[in-house]
Amino acid sequence: MTTTIPIRVTVNGRVYERTVEPRLLLSDFLRHELELTGTHVGCEHGVCGACTVLFDGVAVRSCLMFAVQAHGHEVMTVEGLSPDPNHLHPLQQAFHEAHGLQCGFCTPGFLMTLVPFLQENPDPTEEQIRLAISGNLCRCTGYENIVTAVRLAAAKMAGRPVAAPTHHASS
Amino acid sequence: MKPAPFAYHAPHTLEEAVGLLADFGYEAKVLAGGQSLIPTMNFRLAQPAVLIDLNPIAELAYIRAEADGGLRIGAMTRQAQVERSEQVARSAPLLHEAMPLIAHPQIRNRGTIGGSLAHADPASELPAVLLTLGGRVQAQSRRGARTIAAEDLFLGIFTTSLEPDEILTEVYIPPVPPRSGFAVTEVARRHGDYALVGVAAWVVLAEDGACRQARLSFFGVGDGPVFANRACALLQGQRPDPALIAEAAQVAASTDVDPQSDIHASAAYRRHLVAVLGRRALTTAFARAAGG
Repeated sequence: MTTTIPIRVTVNGRVYERTVEPRLLLSDFLRHELELTGTHVGCEHGVCGACTVLFDGVAVRSCLMFAVQAHGHEVMTVEGLSPDPNHLHPLQQAFHEAHGLQCGFCTPGFLMTLVPFLQENPDPTEEQIRLAISGNLCRCTGYENIVTAVRLAAAKMAGRPVAAPTHHASS
Repeated sequence: MKPAPFAYHAPHTLEEAVGLLADFGYEAKVLAGGQSLIPTMNFRLAQPAVLIDLNPIAELAYIRAEADGGLRIGAMTRQAQVERSEQVARSAPLLHEAMPLIAHPQIRNRGTIGGSLAHADPASELPAVLLTLGGRVQAQSRRGARTIAAEDLFLGIFTTSLEPDEILTEVYIPPVPPRSGFAVTEVARRHGDYALVGVAAWVVLAEDGACRQARLSFFGVGDGPVFANRACALLQGQRPDPALIAEAAQVAASTDVDPQSDIHASAAYRRHLVAVLGRRALTTAFARAAGG
């Protein structure tokens, strides 16, 4: 009964053709079939947000989709954010500068959640930022510096002057 | 944490989908947004032999205003689209206000209005909202289409009156009269978690300021959304002052609901929340109905 299905998916602008079992999660497809291991797998039931990717430009949990559902669609993972290996996306740069990550496991999910959020909300309030990341768990850095990083990124991307980020010691 | 094998079908029309469902019957599950079904499959709590994926069916995603002021929403309309729709904000403010309470942004980007209703989680918002608004859904099978009123749809925990060969295709929200007021509120341990208790309220004032109609449904306190019959009857025809509102909320807590204890909250705490949230929701709804 486990017939495989040929699929054609565009990931980070590149077209991939694979034949997969229907039960293969999109998260596992990205990691194991395409070897794009930047997408992290945390809880596999839609709670932690670590596996968030853009599906046709919209942030979704890749552990709550099957790879076959991506046939004919466009996926963007954290690997697609920076233009080249020597430059970070402004949001990544802001996470770096504001100490918005420590172990980094949750970071790809936060980034992929926040990229479309910042496109829609170029000047977000702190409350909007906190609601936007409510579906992403971080267990070491804490959320303060992540919120700071988002504000920093928003300011930089809009060309607004930015105050030096205040680092909070992680607890 | 990986789903068991299944056969996958991705029909492009509703007609194909109901045909497949008729052929496979109990063996098949209908996949909408998948934000509840796929985690259940990942845990192998659900192991359907066949999945019928509705996502490619474009005809099931729409938001349409009716001439009478009612609203028709295709079952596969994403929760995020409902949340952002100005039409929904105008025609169905209660639904609009309930959307951000559903899980997290990423979930609402994928989750659908029809999927949430058909899943019928007793702690979820949309069944209670539909019940309060007196809405109905359209169900389609190869045998034909039928309309199911909200009060006839929710039978129990994860159980609806949809037949095994039926697909929920559309949600209908009736128009609301003038001097209507709405409120929805809930208590959850963390933002986006399932509510411990929540309530959706709709009240209509008469011209003299008395309560013409009150509709109040709670979630998280029973096998499905619980309509607070006695509390609503108490309000009917009365002037909604703070004492009456508090009394109605207390009646809801002591007689309309019969919550259970679980790992998240005791029955007594849930009953307490029914009184507190009921009072808050009614106070807000009446103030809005009065234009305040």
